[in-house]
Amino acid sequence: MTGQTIAFWVLAATGASSALAVVLSRNVFRAALSLVVCFLAVAGLFVVLYADFLAAVQVLIYVGAIAVLIIMAIMLTREVERGNTTGRLVWPALFATTAFIAISVWAMLNTDWPVTTTPPLDTTTSALGNMLFDQAGMVLILEVAALMIVATIVGAVSIVKEK
Amino acid sequence: MTLGLQHFLVFSTVLFGIGLFGAFSRRSAIVILMSIEIMLNAVNIMLVAFSRYVTPVELTGQVFTIFSIIIAAAEVTVGLAIIIAIFRHYNDIDVNKINLLKL
Repeated sequence: MTGQTIAFWVLAATGASSALAVVLSRNVFRAALSLVVCFLAVAGLFVVLYADFLAAVQVLIYVGAIAVLIIMAIMLTREVERGNTTGRLVWPALFATTAFIAISVWAMLNTDWPVTTTPPLDTTTSALGNMLFDQAGMVLILEVAALMIVATIVGAVSIVKEK
Repeated sequence: MTLGLQHFLVFSTVLFGIGLFGAFSRRSAIVILMSIEIMLNAVNIMLVAFSRYVTPVELTGQVFTIFSIIIAAAEVTVGLAIIIAIFRHYNDIDVNKINLLKL
């Protein structure tokens, strides 16, 4: 077993168990804190997959921004007092989810993926920058994404503004 | 046993399934939003895994993941704004009770 394999199993166990804690925890605030652990495990898996820039982005955006936003929303909506109750659809949801996982895993393990043995890049930041700004016509999409973020911020502010 | 593409695919499917179960079975809108974030993370892992094992030099999947993270950030911002607006209006964010559009 190489270090990479050990890291994968540790991170996968952490990610799956903290995701389960998000879904099953009775306390909504603890669920949000488990979500932070899940995001960090996913960032670790990005490192195992040689995606160093994406691991940094994951920590900055998901752990630094999205998790903080969710925790602030929990504090503003008194969810902690009410608790994390389940709806009427628990057993159908469990059945549908199990069927989905079983069918997908079966299909994935029985497909012949065109895996290459080319070694991955050591650092991806400059390659990603070239891809986004130099070739493949990605600049327009990037600008549209920036415009969308601005529209989102304006929309969010106007939605929560006191009338 | 070496680490292969299928390890990541199976883990990402399991994570997606956990998020799907949470989004189906919970009543609090915030927990549903958190489950959706888990599902988006699972898809990101799958994209990066394909990028690592199928196109390791072109990095196509990683560029897709960057856009997916941007969309997720925008989605959670608007989603939480709507949840807070609903809470102001109804004093509750139980998705079973917000049924104004139901017949």
